[in-house]
Amino acid sequence: MREELLAIVERNSRIDLKELAVILGVEEIDVVNELEAMEQEGIICGYHTMIDWEKTSIEKVSALIEVRVTPQRGQGFDNIAERIYKYPEVTSVYLISGGYDLLVSLEGKSLKQISGFVSDKLSTLDSVLSTATHFILKKYKDHGTILAKKYEDTREKVTP
Amino acid sequence: MIDMLSRQAVNLKPSGIRKFFDIVSEMEDALSLGVGEPDFDTPWHIRDEGIYSLEKGRTFYTSNSGLKELRQEICNYMKRKQGVTYDPLHEVLITVGGSEAIDIGLRAVVNPGDEVLIPQPSFVSYEPCAIMAGAVPVIIELKAENEFRLTARELEDAITEKTKILILPFPNNPTGAIMERKDLEEIAEVIRKHDILVMSDEIYAELTYKEKHVSIVEIEGMQERTILINGFSKAYAMTGWRLGYACGPREILEQMVKLHQFAIMCAPTTSQYAAVEALRNGDADVQEMRTAYNQRRRYLMHAFKEMKLECFEPFGAFYVFPCIKEFGMTSEAFANRFLEEEKVAVVPGTAFGDCGEGYLRISYAYSLDNLKLAIGKLAAFVERLRSEKEV
Repeated sequence: MREELLAIVERNSRIDLKELAVILGVEEIDVVNELEAMEQEGIICGYHTMIDWEKTSIEKVSALIEVRVTPQRGQGFDNIAERIYKYPEVTSVYLISGGYDLLVSLEGKSLKQISGFVSDKLSTLDSVLSTATHFILKKYKDHGTILAKKYEDTREKVTP
Repeated sequence: MIDMLSRQAVNLKPSGIRKFFDIVSEMEDALSLGVGEPDFDTPWHIRDEGIYSLEKGRTFYTSNSGLKELRQEICNYMKRKQGVTYDPLHEVLITVGGSEAIDIGLRAVVNPGDEVLIPQPSFVSYEPCAIMAGAVPVIIELKAENEFRLTARELEDAITEKTKILILPFPNNPTGAIMERKDLEEIAEVIRKHDILVMSDEIYAELTYKEKHVSIVEIEGMQERTILINGFSKAYAMTGWRLGYACGPREILEQMVKLHQFAIMCAPTTSQYAAVEALRNGDADVQEMRTAYNQRRRYLMHAFKEMKLECFEPFGAFYVFPCIKEFGMTSEAFANRFLEEEKVAVVPGTAFGDCGEGYLRISYAYSLDNLKLAIGKLAAFVERLRSEKEV
């Protein structure tokens, strides 16, 4: 049931527990226990909401930053990653294979704020060798959800 | 000037679905639980392969039987899923949907006056196809108490000296019924004894929610007397691509290829390339869709239980077939009034044969949110009918 449960809540964490039990064909208490267990085990790390900020009046700018760093003896990339992810404006940090080391996503109120963060905070860290900042212009799809257009049922209404 | 028309065509009853469709399509804002096709889009990698084949200029006829690659993939699939072996060169034909295979399969085997056994409720085209092939359709009325399975007894009772072929429509549209191995073994004995043919329409084979689908061709002595029909519409959400296939004994397939060649030439080339991709890399998509259907199926069964609407638990296709006999109205009257008052379309069971009277076909090829909305309206409607009865 774990895999199916995770697939459902990954798409809709607000689903009613009773309904969840019905569609999985199990008891509600089992769903509750399983969810709790997975929270304990750190499998479920949070229940977030997907927001298309574009549609609000709130200004937000986001960027992806490629960061090349010098790994440290005995620590690898973990120390430098930690120094970066502790900044609240950083929304994600991934260690990446390929041409650079860390992919950092940032969210800020303006271009200026983000470029300020990169030049003042990120670039000046000791192990950071270089950065390349990519501002996000438009989000088409995020977390498996297409933001650009709504689903429309174009089927004939009654078919054999 | 009635003489300009074929009497046989004129005498065919129009599909019961059609009549209902005309009413529904006039209502702009009607919700529907009436479709017989998946709500999913064809998985992108399959569509992509279709587009790619067009880009490469694969816009010509294929051989009459269909792309060799595709026939080979179908044989691999049959081996993988059902454990049976077919020869891609002589025992597989790619058709325009399962529907074409039903039509030419019947025309390939029946002679005037032969009887074709058709269990009902079932898909709308068996009976007219049998008639147009010059055969006499003999209806076997399936029963709710058997969960709409075909029993050996029912089959035995319907067989006469003129019986040529049995149509075996499982997993079933509209009831959602399935035939499990023991059910098939029981009817296989009767089929062997009377030496008749079988046309097994397994278009919903991938959509079962109990055990993996069992095909009649897996049962001893059955493969050599069975035309197996399947296709891409339901499993891979490819209804509009119009692609199906038939597997069967070489002698029968040879005749089918002839009919197909003269009427159709070959199935759409783009669709055939896309279908190769579906069979090679589509298992995960099918699994994902099956899981979603199963969740909705459970949701509906639960909802019916809550509103105390009688319904056997179906384990196949994407339909449920609740009983509405308690309301003392015909299926059609129920469906019409439900549409009128709640603006939700369901299909009267009688669209799939007279013995569908007293039942409705409800499709769960809709998102859960959609189902919830429509089922809420059904619950309110059922409640209203019951309170009217009490007065």
